[in-house]
Amino acid sequence: MSTSSIQKRDDISIVLCGEAGQGIQTVEQILTRVLKLSGFNIIGTKEYMSRVRGGSNSTQIRVSSRNVSSAVDRIDILIPLDKKALQHVGKRISPDTVILGEKDEIVGENDNGDLTVIDVPFSQIASDIGGRVYSNTVATGVIAGLFKVDRADFLNYVTTFFSGEKETIIEKNREAAKKGYEIAQELIDSGAVDIDVKKDPGSARDILINGAEAVGIGAIAGGCNFISSYPMSPSTAVLVFLSRHAEEFDIVAEQAEDEISAINMALGAWYAGARAMVTTSGGGFALMEEAVGLAGMLESPVVIHLAQRPGPATGLPTRTEQGDLQLALYSGHGEFPRIIFAPGKLEDAVFLSSMAFNLADKCQIPVFILTDQYFMDSYYNMPSLPLSDTGIVKYVVKTDKRYKRYALTKNGISPRGVPGFGSGLVSVDSDEHDEEGHITEDLDLRVKMVDKRLAKLKEIEKDALPPELVGRGDYTTLIVGWGSTYHTIKEALGCLKRDDVSFLHFKQVFPLHRTTLSYLKKAKKVVAIEGNATAQFSHLINRQTGFNIQDKILKYSGLQFSVEEVVAQLEKLL
Amino acid sequence: MKRVPFDMGDIDIAWCPGCGNFKILDALKQALTELDLDPEKLVIVSGIGQAAKMPHYVRTNVFNGLHGRAIPAATGIKTANPELTVIAEGGDGDMYGEGGNHFLHAIRRNSDITNIVHNNMVYALTKGQASPTSTIGFTTPVQVGGVTEEPFNAIAVAIAQDASFVARAFSGDEDQTKDIIKEAIAHRGYALVDILQNCVSFNKVNTYQWFKENTYYLEDSHDPLNRIEAFKRATEEGKLPLGIFYRNPDKPCFEDTVPAYHTSRTPLFKRKVDVRKLQVLIDSKRSG
Repeated sequence: MSTSSIQKRDDISIVLCGEAGQGIQTVEQILTRVLKLSGFNIIGTKEYMSRVRGGSNSTQIRVSSRNVSSAVDRIDILIPLDKKALQHVGKRISPDTVILGEKDEIVGENDNGDLTVIDVPFSQIASDIGGRVYSNTVATGVIAGLFKVDRADFLNYVTTFFSGEKETIIEKNREAAKKGYEIAQELIDSGAVDIDVKKDPGSARDILINGAEAVGIGAIAGGCNFISSYPMSPSTAVLVFLSRHAEEFDIVAEQAEDEISAINMALGAWYAGARAMVTTSGGGFALMEEAVGLAGMLESPVVIHLAQRPGPATGLPTRTEQGDLQLALYSGHGEFPRIIFAPGKLEDAVFLSSMAFNLADKCQIPVFILTDQYFMDSYYNMPSLPLSDTGIVKYVVKTDKRYKRYALTKNGISPRGVPGFGSGLVSVDSDEHDEEGHITEDLDLRVKMVDKRLAKLKEIEKDALPPELVGRGDYTTLIVGWGSTYHTIKEALGCLKRDDVSFLHFKQVFPLHRTTLSYLKKAKKVVAIEGNATAQFSHLINRQTGFNIQDKILKYSGLQFSVEEVVAQLEKLL
Repeated sequence: MKRVPFDMGDIDIAWCPGCGNFKILDALKQALTELDLDPEKLVIVSGIGQAAKMPHYVRTNVFNGLHGRAIPAATGIKTANPELTVIAEGGDGDMYGEGGNHFLHAIRRNSDITNIVHNNMVYALTKGQASPTSTIGFTTPVQVGGVTEEPFNAIAVAIAQDASFVARAFSGDEDQTKDIIKEAIAHRGYALVDILQNCVSFNKVNTYQWFKENTYYLEDSHDPLNRIEAFKRATEEGKLPLGIFYRNPDKPCFEDTVPAYHTSRTPLFKRKVDVRKLQVLIDSKRSG
């Protein structure tokens, strides 16, 4: 048995794999926090099947002395909690992977003698404590022990975590955690496993959040006080987050009867002066599309969080993809402007989500925040989330008797009043309308109104965020990416060790910043990396700038890119 | 009729001469006036259809949205600012067809909105197809052999689902219609007013005369607090009863259940985010 490879690492990838219902999420929640509190850098990601029980799900927790924020294929420590686990993550297991589990029961026939297995009888230990349900907590204890987390701190955290449960359940989980911790100490003492990831004392005080929380925090920072949505993976976590904090922050959070209702409620709320958002995915957003056009016609602000998952139709409900960029870009019939953001970092999601509310309000348009399952479910730690970058700017005006909702102005933006604020009347209409907001079939006025709505695009372009260049400015090859692939491509770039290759990341994908073309033209070779099958962002770039990206690395299996995969594909191309 | 504050003055109205909508418009404006409502504090929300043009003919705040979606928009408006009086108005196709799901859930949610449904048993703006309330056998260019589906009984559905206010009116009786609308607006909670109305262009069966002959008012002895009795009257064969079928004054309003309004009724747009609280929330992510 060799554990030398993990001993040398300052970056360990732990994977727990088992059935839905075996408590893998509990393990993830406890371990990411406990390891972070002990001073490790953490990223947690998960992949799971669309079922409540059974199947095969896995969670990866990457523990590092460096600040890493992306998923890797490599597994250094695998804890399989059922028989299917080894098959499920089989491709990612190497002789260097240390498998902690039940040798006969779980590893059994999968082992041709080339696996590194340390026998830990999780179910037996759990059964002795009171039931197999405690297996996951035993596993949590083993990992905490292997990383030499302070024993008392760990047990305290376990107690706190289960504090909503009955006393006996808390006690049994503590016992399971203790037992796991003891096993780890035996493994360390016998020399079977030795992990020496350096701690980064700063990370103990870091903030640990996931993508859904980042969007939610950003929304609150942007003054969101209304969310109406219909549950749909992977977007629901934002509704959950804002509902949980509804009372604290005066947020109306309503689960609507369907997505159509959700977005029409949000438009009603904006009309009456609230700052409203919806959170949705794939098919749910498809149902909202007519109302996206309504926002265009009413010149209503609305913030749409669209967490992408593979389609068409139901597709792979719990998986990830960057497949809905064109859906967002072209959603709604007719012609009207919009903004599409696609955060790459969690910090971006906070900033962009808050900005979405200000820009929606300022330009009276729909603003999209495009994330995906991978982004929603990824956790990592960061030193701070400065709210100074955010701030609420309100554009609502007090009306007077002469108020006209669609007064023609030079930049296309008419002052937006709300009913009950001032002495004027506010009339908005989905029909083509006059300046007062009443139905018209005056075709000359129609032309003026179309021009007015489209004029706002110029304002939006002024505010467009520039792409971020990672690497040197004198590149010969430029990698182009957008949204959630930021950290993965950045880390892959580091692994390539090529000074002539840089990475251009877009967190605003529409409209594009005016510098886009000059970045592209400077490179001899441009490679787009996208999580979809048809290179949707490359097409958008072509449409907006005329630049044609030749080389593309595309993935649409339902899983996110891993660092190794990006490195390997780039090495083939460069 | 004397001028009321809700009059738009001399405007071009898109309805056919003789349309029942005119009577409903007059009844509504009169009701709003008698309730002494402030046009600036009222919003009329509609979808699409001939009836849904109504808000353009009333001097007040207007949200004319999508076909079938007046109720969600009205709910969003009322919830964002409970100080506003909110009416969601449209036709039978708009509210019971395209917007049927919202109708069902508006009853459950019990937001304090008044839902006025112009029910002429036909699609008029699209020129004469069957509506959810068309009677069996009603022939149209699409339902060539006559309608075969059971007409949607909105009154019975609303009572079955314990809607907090359920009434039916007839546009031909402007005075009673006005009184029913007044009661509905004054009621706290979701209030359905289904208004039977003739369509002079596309419904030659359920004419003004037909409604006159096939409707009658619930007796004074009818107890609107008796749900079973209300349901019986809503489902009885023969002539259609008019009046207030049912009330449930004990149902909590949606807005009252929303945590944001537990301690204050201040509209959302007048509130400020407490950034210090947000910083506390972010910092809580450092320890757990």
